[in-house]
Amino acid sequence: MPEQKRTHRVLIGKPGLDGHDRGAKFIARALRDAGFEVVYTGIRRTPEEIAAAAVQEDVSAVGLSSLSGAHLRLFPAVVQALKNAGAGDIPVLGGGIIPDEDIGPLKDAGINAVFTPGTPVTQIIAAFRSACETQEAGRT
Amino acid sequence: MKSEHILKGLRDRDQRGIARAISLVEENDPLADEILSSLDDSLVDQAMVLGITGPPGAGKSTLTDRIISKYRSQGRRVGVIAVDPSSPISGGAILGDRIRMMGHALDKDVVVRSMATRGRLGGLCAAAGAAVRILASSGCSVIIIETVGVGQSEMDIIRLADITALVLAPGLGDDIQAMKAGLPEVADILIVNKADCAGADTLAMDMESIAREGGGKEKDKAKVCMTVASEGKGIDDLLAAIETVDASHRESGERRTRREKAYDLEVLDWALEMIKPLIIEKIEKWDHDRKGAPRLQAAKLLGQE
Repeated sequence: MPEQKRTHRVLIGKPGLDGHDRGAKFIARALRDAGFEVVYTGIRRTPEEIAAAAVQEDVSAVGLSSLSGAHLRLFPAVVQALKNAGAGDIPVLGGGIIPDEDIGPLKDAGINAVFTPGTPVTQIIAAFRSACETQEAGRT
Repeated sequence: MKSEHILKGLRDRDQRGIARAISLVEENDPLADEILSSLDDSLVDQAMVLGITGPPGAGKSTLTDRIISKYRSQGRRVGVIAVDPSSPISGGAILGDRIRMMGHALDKDVVVRSMATRGRLGGLCAAAGAAVRILASSGCSVIIIETVGVGQSEMDIIRLADITALVLAPGLGDDIQAMKAGLPEVADILIVNKADCAGADTLAMDMESIAREGGGKEKDKAKVCMTVASEGKGIDDLLAAIETVDASHRESGERRTRREKAYDLEVLDWALEMIKPLIIEKIEKWDHDRKGAPRLQAAKLLGQE
């Protein structure tokens, strides 16, 4: 099979009640400019809605943004919702206003990568690319 | 073996199976041909394919959301293919049509798939056409293709539909802009959305006159519908108009004719997609003077001279 460069599809969404979507939109644009196809699901979504959209869109990774402090509850809830939808192989990456001490617990809860306001955008794109490649390599 | 697994997923209406099948088509995976060759043709024949097009901001996604709700209340399973343009620079895309349809996210009988145009010469039509078949095979009896009505490739996609609706709204420019944006002459239904806004009546009058100019028998003329999608107004009338057009197309044989044309269009699309790399290779290897009329050079290259 000719190994063409595959177009990575990702979902960017905001779980919970936080309506501040500047960060999510910034990341969506940065990923688009890096050649990703970004399914954007907007603000105030439940973890189950995000998981269902991720499955229908067959994305290789899900990116979440939270600026309201609810990340410790909401990010792992999306990981769980994906598992419940039979899509536990889709990695979840998250970013936002996240204190350093929360990064460890988030990773323990299955979040693939955590970004904070100081993370360079190139590093975020690289993390998405690597997460996508791993997911796609595992497809059967 | 693997295609069997995916085909079973389609029959079982498994969300991941359906999604994966469409991805295989998008990625030009050879498995896609196997899958497409083994689909349930009777389901594909029965499904109604509705094309919704129009300029950005006219309200296509909101309207689609309302149409989904109506068909769901009739117990029909609905598929949506939402096409957005790829960036010609990076090749990436932001696919945002889903935002307006998230109210259906947990309904397993609403299958939404976003597709980017991926800047292909051909291939997009074919990928969308294949997605229509896959959704129909998974039991969707209504399939909506939503796309911005600007540009050749988008218009080609709309030609895959049994019925085409053009969505316009007041405030997006005059009637000449409307004619440029959406080619009303290919539309079976002209929708004036945001009908509660100033200028809607004038736009509706313009659309009525375009519909009249179409000529032909009264029942073949494009129908004009007025909607306020955000408030769910006018959707019943729109569905009735869709019903009327569908019945008339079935009776006159127009539906069959369009399906046949759409199939040929998909074949042409694939052929172009396949031939392009061969020509590019020829040009790269070819020792030619970059002088004279390029069209003559092309004819020479293809051995037509």
